[in-house]
Amino acid sequence: MLEIKGLKATVTTDAKNEILKGLDLSVRAGEVHAIMGPNGSGKSTLAAVLAGHPAYTVTGGTVSYRGKDLLEMSPEDRAREGVFLAFQYPVAIRGITNSYFLRSALNAIRKHRGQEELDPLDFLQVLETKLKQIGWDDSFLNRAVNDGFSGGEKKRNEILQMAILEPTLAILDETDSGLDIDALKTVAEAVNALRRPDRATVVVTHYQRLLNYIVPDRVHVLAGGRIVKSGGKELALELEAKGYDWIKPEAVAV
Amino acid sequence: MSVAPRWLTELREKGAARFAEVGFPTTRLEAWRFTDVRPIAETSFAHGVSRWTAHASTPPHVLVGDLAQAEGVAQAHLGRYADVSANPFTALATAFLEDVQVVSVPARTEVATPIRLSHRFEGTGAVMTTPRLLIVLGDQARATVIESHEDGGAEATFSNSVTEIVLGNGAELDYVRVQREGAAASHIATTQSHQGRDSVLRSTSIALGAGLSRHDLGAVLAGTGASLVLNGLSVLSGRQHVDYHTTIDHAQPHGESHELFNGVFDQHARGVFNGRIIVRPGAQRTDSKQTNNNLLLSGDARADSQPQLEIYADDVKCTHGATLGPLDATALFYLRSRGLSPQAAKSLLTYGFAADVLTRIANVPVRDDLDRAIRARLGVETRAAA
Repeated sequence: MLEIKGLKATVTTDAKNEILKGLDLSVRAGEVHAIMGPNGSGKSTLAAVLAGHPAYTVTGGTVSYRGKDLLEMSPEDRAREGVFLAFQYPVAIRGITNSYFLRSALNAIRKHRGQEELDPLDFLQVLETKLKQIGWDDSFLNRAVNDGFSGGEKKRNEILQMAILEPTLAILDETDSGLDIDALKTVAEAVNALRRPDRATVVVTHYQRLLNYIVPDRVHVLAGGRIVKSGGKELALELEAKGYDWIKPEAVAV
Repeated sequence: MSVAPRWLTELREKGAARFAEVGFPTTRLEAWRFTDVRPIAETSFAHGVSRWTAHASTPPHVLVGDLAQAEGVAQAHLGRYADVSANPFTALATAFLEDVQVVSVPARTEVATPIRLSHRFEGTGAVMTTPRLLIVLGDQARATVIESHEDGGAEATFSNSVTEIVLGNGAELDYVRVQREGAAASHIATTQSHQGRDSVLRSTSIALGAGLSRHDLGAVLAGTGASLVLNGLSVLSGRQHVDYHTTIDHAQPHGESHELFNGVFDQHARGVFNGRIIVRPGAQRTDSKQTNNNLLLSGDARADSQPQLEIYADDVKCTHGATLGPLDATALFYLRSRGLSPQAAKSLLTYGFAADVLTRIANVPVRDDLDRAIRARLGVETRAAA
């Protein structure tokens, strides 16, 4: 589903600041991959580059998504083709209700797929079904998008968007950061409910604890802009026990 | 009217004398630094015909009428609040005082349905009109009044409007003023309000039209515990110019004022905001917040924002803040990452910026009407989901 080869990226406003330095990653349909690594290793940059964030410029390598060149696509086309990034820091949009925003997004994607756009009533039905599916109430639908939301509410809102938009490839950027254990479980359950053989998920995280609830098929360690170690779910536990320092010498040796 | 009553003649003469003394303001005056009124001063306007239309469904004893129908109320209040020496245009409007519309709600009376007053030009040519509105709410009366100034067509009209609002003790008024005159029109407005003890005024001024517009809003919180919400929204493009000057005068203790003015400026449009807040000696426990946000959608658009705080009491809470700039790049990316086109993302964010002011209007049907007008102006088609 996702094939990343030799990916290099710099900060757009600072071409000398290379963050990704030849990254390789392969994710198949139905799999959940975890990307772990110390702060500043390039985890969030990888997530942002895959979504097409203009703050980063790709300077080398290829990314193939379902056989298409992902890097050639605009951010909106990536979303319409099923790529979804759950933001580490979701943006507040004043004056727009959450439900209006969700409907606009869903309709943009439906239109791209050649499906009919949903009117407010039809959309409300979709929304209610999804909320029931992930076991949440509708308390923040009529509030402005992320405006005045707590950290946990913002993260839940990202997951709700994901549930509505039904992506093929979901990238969760530090969705666990700032969540208490109950919120973490709720978010993890929602992600697990969306797992399907034709979808893939990339979970970017600094800590192992989210992986107790979203069990990954593969765990990768990102350090210095490259994947320096890959393994099964037990690698996450090893990282939790030993920290990241023991990885680094190996990275230099690669 | 055939023969003007003596008090009215005297009021007009007072305005005429003041205007003869000061004339049109120039940009050398601090209060008019950013707004050049020569397009008005250098045009010979004919005396125009204009008309108020009122739509109201009111309980008995509520008066919605013209000068002849409401002379007692008019005589008691007209010209008492909008000071002819404060603003040359108020003096000029008072000199030509006519087209009077009065709303008077007796004490302890509640008007459930919004009273809609619409002002419109009649006839053609470069004409001047001076629409005058007086709203008087007795103690504990409640009402919603919508004042609108409609498109007079392609003519270079000049309207010089004055609205006076008087709220008795404990009265509550929702007041919305919408200006959508034609792009060739010049529109000058003064709104002066005077609030009694524990009264509540929620005021929203919206500027969508006119080539040149200036609106001075003065609010005096004359009674203890008075509360004011002062909202403003401008959505301009082309070469439109809007200048909002607001003065909130906290004269008594325990008053609160919340002021939010947002402006959207596209193409060569220009916005000016000057927000003055006065806290008089003894007006302790005043709580005042002023915010002015300006969204510049083009490199040629411009906005100037000036807060002016004059605080003469020591136990008060006063904050102010202003923003100026283009749409937030991160927010645009956020919307695009959810599948919205760059254009749709831009429209939605711009609409949200404007709608943030509308969410502060309590009356839902009124808010929905304005929401439709703003969406039409910004090309955001779809109705917000219920």
